[in-house]
Amino acid sequence: MPRINSPAELEEIRKELLSQRDPDKRTITLCSGSACHATGSRLVAESIEEEIKKQGLIDQVDIRKTGCHGFCERGPIIVIHPDEICYLQIKPEDVPEIISETIKENRIIERLLYTDPATEEEIIHEHEIPFYKNQQRLLFGANITIDPKSIEDYLAIGGYSALVKVLFEMNPEQVLEEIKKSNLRGRGGGGFPAGIKWEGSRNAPDDKKYVIVNADEGDPGAYMDRSLLEGNPHSVLEGLAIGAYTIGAEEGYIYVRQEYPLAVENIGIAIRQAEEYGFLGDNILGSGFNFKVIVHQGAGAFVCGESSALMTALEGRAGEPRPKYIRSNIKGLWEKPTVLNNVETWANVPLIINNGADWFTQYGTEKSKGTKIFSLVGKINNTGLVEVAMGMTLRDIIFKIGGGIPGGKEFKAVQTGGPSGGCLPGDSLDLKVGFDELTQAGSMMGSGGMIIMDEDTCMVDVARYFLNFLTDESCGKCVPCREGVKQMLKILTNITQGKGKEGDIELLEELAEVAREGALCALGQTAPNPFISTLKYFKDEYEAHIKEKKCPALYCKELIEYYIDPEKCRACMICLKQCPADAIIGEKKKIHIIDQEKCTKCNTCFEVCPSRFSAVKKISGEPVPPPISEEERIITRGSN
Amino acid sequence: MVKEDCRTEAMDNNRIDQIIEKYNCEASSLIQVLLEVQSENRWLPKQVLERISERLQVPLARIQHIATFYKAFSLVPKGRHEIHICMGTACHVRGAQLVLDKVQDLTGINPGETDLDLKFSLETVNCLGCCALGPVMEIDGQIHGKISPAETADALKKYD
Amino acid sequence: MSKILMIIDGKEVEANDDMTILEAAQSTGIVIPTLCHHEKLEPYGGCRICTVEVESNGRTKLVAACVYPAEHNLTVRTRSEKIDRIRKMVLQLLLSHAPDSEQLHDLAMEYGADKNRFEKEASFCIHCGLCVRYCNEIKKKDAVGFINRGARREISFIPEVASRECWNCKECFPLCPTAALQAAYVFTEALAASNPPFETESD
Repeated sequence: MPRINSPAELEEIRKELLSQRDPDKRTITLCSGSACHATGSRLVAESIEEEIKKQGLIDQVDIRKTGCHGFCERGPIIVIHPDEICYLQIKPEDVPEIISETIKENRIIERLLYTDPATEEEIIHEHEIPFYKNQQRLLFGANITIDPKSIEDYLAIGGYSALVKVLFEMNPEQVLEEIKKSNLRGRGGGGFPAGIKWEGSRNAPDDKKYVIVNADEGDPGAYMDRSLLEGNPHSVLEGLAIGAYTIGAEEGYIYVRQEYPLAVENIGIAIRQAEEYGFLGDNILGSGFNFKVIVHQGAGAFVCGESSALMTALEGRAGEPRPKYIRSNIKGLWEKPTVLNNVETWANVPLIINNGADWFTQYGTEKSKGTKIFSLVGKINNTGLVEVAMGMTLRDIIFKIGGGIPGGKEFKAVQTGGPSGGCLPGDSLDLKVGFDELTQAGSMMGSGGMIIMDEDTCMVDVARYFLNFLTDESCGKCVPCREGVKQMLKILTNITQGKGKEGDIELLEELAEVAREGALCALGQTAPNPFISTLKYFKDEYEAHIKEKKCPALYCKELIEYYIDPEKCRACMICLKQCPADAIIGEKKKIHIIDQEKCTKCNTCFEVCPSRFSAVKKISGEPVPPPISEEERIITRGSN
Repeated sequence: MVKEDCRTEAMDNNRIDQIIEKYNCEASSLIQVLLEVQSENRWLPKQVLERISERLQVPLARIQHIATFYKAFSLVPKGRHEIHICMGTACHVRGAQLVLDKVQDLTGINPGETDLDLKFSLETVNCLGCCALGPVMEIDGQIHGKISPAETADALKKYD
Repeated sequence: MSKILMIIDGKEVEANDDMTILEAAQSTGIVIPTLCHHEKLEPYGGCRICTVEVESNGRTKLVAACVYPAEHNLTVRTRSEKIDRIRKMVLQLLLSHAPDSEQLHDLAMEYGADKNRFEKEASFCIHCGLCVRYCNEIKKKDAVGFINRGARREISFIPEVASRECWNCKECFPLCPTAALQAAYVFTEALAASNPPFETESD
């Protein structure tokens, strides 16, 4: 592919590409993001390719392996264009039927369609499925249609036209004004206005400057950046190049966590293709602007998601954060002005340039403009990645899009912002999602992780879980975090094990203050948040654990006992046979009893007891009823 | 997936030098070099660290700090099969702790350890990004999704 | 480099604009406690005991005096109820490691820190980093460094380098506020004595 040397040449190539593509040609797009790979999409892909060949349809049907579609609960997903027929949870065995029936005969296979759980209506088209219908997929929309390993696909949908506009029709000042006008705020957690960050670097008097993509995405449960980087890597590259042009940088880094091999692969391919075509390198498209991008992998440290620690890691050192007194947009990587932004932030840039800041600001609330991609996970029916305009309520996201809580359970809390964030209870469901709104409620936007919790989740354990995570990930440099957070973890662990005592909450609050005010970086400063927010909204659970040695959610092992209800047990022996500790006493027709001395609380009996009996119960905060007598245990015909 | 026998001898110096040269012998590429060596050799023997220290002109103390600071690196040989249990928040809320407890029982090792036969290495990971499949256990890159503690025994039996 | 004017504890202080708050305070006799600071070494900002309150443009925040740059018109308060609470807790956390350290003991008296607030920890080291930084910045030998991260972080001597360099040096020993450094060194010596250095592979 010869280098493109001017915008005119680019338009020629784009026209040619479009003329070669028939919009009415049958195309099967298959979600090939990492999450769908885990559910077997590779095998489905192979099966489709084989079947198309077998049925002699290679010229009539295109196959396109795209990035993440977002509806991860129902993967693997295929969409058949141009009709936009959407089939969910495809297995390789379904493929021959799909090809013969739908591709060849235009017949819909109903069992593979989405069925609305409330109305039982079957929905054919992807965009009508409630999960998608209520979203605003400005960023993720392209994931459904392009093959991330193909720059031609990106060009066919107008890719790199923002870069052309910036290089040939705008000067850096104008680009900066547009970004500032859009009020684009950082999507990685800080929510800092990107335009102001860029301005600081632009005005810093230094000849060497850098731009960085933060693709470290360490928040557990958050994988939006991975899906963007895997599914539409060129959009990130384009945004990065625009940013570099604006501040005057010629070198960019993409810091990707090594736990994302597909993202590393796809961004590598994208960079090579962009260099071949001339969108990266020297004298880009004949504009005189030079820009090159280097990929650098992380090595397994959450703290490296913090911008100053990330830069330290790029310099080849252990990821210890630096104090934020000297801002990194003035003195960052190698002490040079550096703009570091999150993947999603960069991906928004071409949209803003192509459509204008005014277009962008029509989405969102007054202070939080645009859309945000959330990873909706945990106790939720429609697990997946959702993109909504800021200002949508939590209730709509969780229930309209997320489909509510599985198993008919009660919603308890939504955790946002990762380990730096907090838990919000049912009273907060009408909160409109936005940076400041979430912070005021006691949580934060963070990178977009949204973990749903139900009545079976113990909130004290949630606080312990996050502190455990942070203790493991702390860099260890400063006392408030290394020692303080560790002590908080100790106390919380004791509370969940029934060893809580008077004064624990007060000590936790003291330690929380020291971490918040005295820690060196944001990891330590925000470490107390999960504890503070759960204490605020779920204080009764803390008191139950400490004073009554009771876990209301029936989760904390040391505070629960397993008990077989003699009224319900039918002596089927299933739990007895599966108990790894041989702790169940019983026989056929003799009601089973759990030997509390031997029971290891592994939960197996609870899991395996058939639902029509539901005889195994968990008890907390009260003594286990004494076993019934031998005679009473015998089940005779017709009894009960 | 069949894994080759893990090597307990050090990687040879030629291969180490090749990797270092790929990064232009720049000290700032230390982490990238170590990642490649870890990926090929499955662990970082001391001789290898000393060679890297020499070629990149970086003090051994700094390399040791980095090799122990980042979770991707191992200073001891790993087992033939690496078990990763996801302990991300979504999986945690879906009961990952019980899965981990069960696997610890079955293998006899704790996270971060390798068993005496060098068969299994156990690690916890913070989010594999397959939250729809939680709780998740990954063995040698193969995802076992929506796994319950009772099912882990069968999954592990498949590996020798 | 130019002169600037700050207010520290209500007192007007003239300082150079390339100083830190700590340096500016010390130049005029105002005492701010430190543990990880040393005038020959780059400021570290690890112990946080030098935390002070600064106010500029109507906004106050808490910062580490040893790293925060002196600014014109900055108002600094080196003591307050909140600051004292933080220093007391930092001391209590460190005393769980090194209850017998003289330096910690003197500060504990001043701030009312209770050395039994937390359960005793196994390691004496308080991670001031003075030994590691001294060997790296002044002696440039890197005989001792950090390993691991978070609460598992430790100092560790490189036996081959230590056996070459440390016997005749030991300049870091007096810097250690607890007995941890000497203990680590003796342990390393013992290991090195029983494990001769590896033969290097021939190419």
